[in-house]
Amino acid sequence: MNATLEAARTERAWAVLDTVPDPEVPAISVRELGIVREVLDHGTSLEVVLTPTYSGCPATEVIERSVLDAIDAAGLGPARVTMRRAPAWTTDWISADGRRKLHQYGIAPPGPAADGTAPIRIVGRRADAVLRQRAHRAAVCLRLHRLQGAVPLHRLPRTLRTFQTDMSAPGRSQALAPERAARREIL
Amino acid sequence: MQGSIQVPTDPKLQYLLRIGDACLILGQRLGEWCGHAPIVEEDIALSNMALDLIGQARGVLTLAGEQCPQDYDEDQLAFLRDERDYLNPTIVELERGDFAFTVLRNAMVATWLKLLWERLRDSSDAELAAIAGKALKEARYHQQHAADWVVRLGDGTEESRQRIEAALARLWLYTPELFDDDAVDAAARASGLGPAGSELREPWLAEMREILGEAGLALPKDTAFRSSGKRGVHSEHMGYILAEMQHLQRAYPGGAW
Repeated sequence: MNATLEAARTERAWAVLDTVPDPEVPAISVRELGIVREVLDHGTSLEVVLTPTYSGCPATEVIERSVLDAIDAAGLGPARVTMRRAPAWTTDWISADGRRKLHQYGIAPPGPAADGTAPIRIVGRRADAVLRQRAHRAAVCLRLHRLQGAVPLHRLPRTLRTFQTDMSAPGRSQALAPERAARREIL
Repeated sequence: MQGSIQVPTDPKLQYLLRIGDACLILGQRLGEWCGHAPIVEEDIALSNMALDLIGQARGVLTLAGEQCPQDYDEDQLAFLRDERDYLNPTIVELERGDFAFTVLRNAMVATWLKLLWERLRDSSDAELAAIAGKALKEARYHQQHAADWVVRLGDGTEESRQRIEAALARLWLYTPELFDDDAVDAAARASGLGPAGSELREPWLAEMREILGEAGLALPKDTAFRSSGKRGVHSEHMGYILAEMQHLQRAYPGGAW
């Protein structure tokens, strides 16, 4: 196969990967999420190299399946997926388009990832005032949305950070997609 | 009923099993909080951290399986070994305890794992180094989460203070095991696979001193007691957690869903 055709095939594959949604945040594609490292053309087959977002990601198998299905459906197969752990994925790899779409979807895009060289930061006493203020805002929002239950005092785990942002900025909740608002109601 | 697999006694394999089993068993313990944590966000945080640990265990146990002539996979190693072939330190198998016990154990183990992953990024085994690169980020978050809670409980109410003090008195007994060296450590250090346990002792103590100091807690005195989970001799709690983990794979060999 000559070089132009090869380039065209991998380019088309990249375009296809832009249509494969992330199973957990379907507003963005796996390409925009930044987990596609490379698309390699081996002549008879394509190889798509992915990096998982975190060690225990239960969506990894689903992503692998949907990537292969999409490549096949576009007539670019056969293909295989290989996983590459290093370097580890970081939120810095989410593309500009991905960040815009996350925002539209109601998720605050993450800021630059910490490089990890900073010493451990303990919230403890020094942050009590900030926590109380945040808890108060959250409590107001919980009442506004007629939610009952625990008041978040603490930085939420990654799957829920979006809700924390929303709860401390009630005006933004209108922008939430209906299904996200519904999920929040359940929570 | 599925019988147990035989595990070779190769030093590299044992070094990997000590790490992989620490993640696996602590992940299982933290998973017990799912649906039971005091507030919903902690429920989700603990479950997410359990998932991180299981993910790390998957990577390390897969690598461990490749060291065996029988070429075991992660599931065989996770579910089909006898108790004596699990090499996690005893501290991770102790029963769930109350929330104070849980967060203090997490602070201790996450600090240890963070220091270990930092060193393992330079492992002579490229796959272990790659696993460490990802796991390190997760351990940092686990440590921060747990340390925050240790401080809040130590510096909280009389009740929270009593509970975290009781947890500290008990858990401290099991920490020397993390830093005791033996032939497995010596082999790992010699081959560049990873650090010997004792190399992490000083940095671990320094970080624990900082966390406990902020919480207003004093470092307990060392005692002569030594746990021995990493040599396969476990506490009475190990049998129960393994029974829960293994029952399905033993009763329905190869079951998947």
